[in-house]
Amino acid sequence: MTQAGRPWAVGTVGAAPRLLGERPSERESLAAYEAAGGYATGRLSGRALIDRVETIGLRGRGGAAFPAGVKLRSVADRPGPRYTVANGEEGEPASIKDRWLLRMRPHLVLDGLLLATHAVDAAGAIVYLSDAEAEASVARALDELRIPSSVVRIVRVAPGYVAGEESAAVRAIDGGPAKPTDKPPRPFEAGVGGASTLVSNVETLANVPSIAAGAGAGTMLATLSGAVAAPGLYELPLGLALEEALDAAGGLTGPPRGFLMGGFFAGVLAPRALALPLDPDALRAEGSGLGCGAVVALGDNCPVAAAAAVMAYFARENAQQCGPCIRGTAAMAGVLDRLARGEADEAGLERLRGWSVSLRGRGACGTLDGAANLAGSLLREFGPLVDEHRTMPCTRCAEQLDDDPGGGTRYALEY
Amino acid sequence: MIVRVEAAKCDGYGTCAAHFPELFQLDEWGYAYIEGDGAVAPGDEDRARRAILDCPVHAIGELAA
Repeated sequence: MTQAGRPWAVGTVGAAPRLLGERPSERESLAAYEAAGGYATGRLSGRALIDRVETIGLRGRGGAAFPAGVKLRSVADRPGPRYTVANGEEGEPASIKDRWLLRMRPHLVLDGLLLATHAVDAAGAIVYLSDAEAEASVARALDELRIPSSVVRIVRVAPGYVAGEESAAVRAIDGGPAKPTDKPPRPFEAGVGGASTLVSNVETLANVPSIAAGAGAGTMLATLSGAVAAPGLYELPLGLALEEALDAAGGLTGPPRGFLMGGFFAGVLAPRALALPLDPDALRAEGSGLGCGAVVALGDNCPVAAAAAVMAYFARENAQQCGPCIRGTAAMAGVLDRLARGEADEAGLERLRGWSVSLRGRGACGTLDGAANLAGSLLREFGPLVDEHRTMPCTRCAEQLDDDPGGGTRYALEY
Repeated sequence: MIVRVEAAKCDGYGTCAAHFPELFQLDEWGYAYIEGDGAVAPGDEDRARRAILDCPVHAIGELAA
């Protein structure tokens, strides 16, 4: 049972929309983008732009919050040829922001990609995505710009949780499967065709034009879903408290039992999350994460069942490459499923606690870390609730699991 | 010398741990991992090389310094 429901709400808190644009209800044309100052000449470019991105402290919006300026510089400093990749393969099931940007503001993303391509002096650029509508929109935008595919080409892959990981993107662009590889090398060392490659999330790139124009980059896109009155896409000041962000989405529809953070990647948080700022470092310090900026309010869904469902999703959607991930996600999903059915024992929970620590860093990509985050955060944030589940079956859990046999589909957004 | 286990390649043969159990641990499913940064003391480099060369799936790599 996927959360159905296009159209999703689109809204802004505070300052004028920078990433959503003035008219978020329609696809932005080249003329409209240029009229608003897009593709202008005389903006910061090259090394000066990289310096500014670094000074402003722009962080990657794909999930890892890596400093964008450092990434640009790492590629620019490597011998050529170099490539750039706009990564729009949004694997997180609870996020819609990257597809929205590619569909509705393709020129904002392409402007950022071209600025980055020039800044690192790349030989070519690739827009990497899985969404058909996004592909059509970007293709049309490249047509409008008369940019040939020898300069910017589109690579479309089948959607998948791991397909948006940077090494999976490189592998798919080179004709392989969209599955991650062990690091090092990272793409900046050896990416597309072995060349140094900047793989940058499309929202990260969408911030570059305003930085090049001398403005700031103080807002972020958040996908807010679950038990909120108006689920959808919101542009928020970075660091806004989650409660205020949810108010922008019409507020919660009932008392929250918890939240899924960072899409599926950063685990679950108890209602205390309402007071926490949407900031990657602050959330990391709380044992959670901002990830791609997606938050699911669990409403009256039981956090134990939610964790069981998302772990089942990891067990199913992992790349099936790394032994510890294949075995570890399956084992953790087994314990959580038993817990949700009131059948877990103390030994099983102890093993779960152990795995949540020992499996961290054991996979080629972050999927196993996400699974460890999920298990660890459930045990940490919901200790008494977990204990209750051990001694008596939870009717709410049983309903949820029977309702969502696919695991995690309840929290996946159709867009 | 710094070595690592490539998680996407390891199939759990355990050869590395047989050659060099102080460096390579096996988890409960038999997959190898290294506790720490994978640095090998100069006197142990021959054993580490043997682990690299004997892995049937070439899952042990030496990282460039």
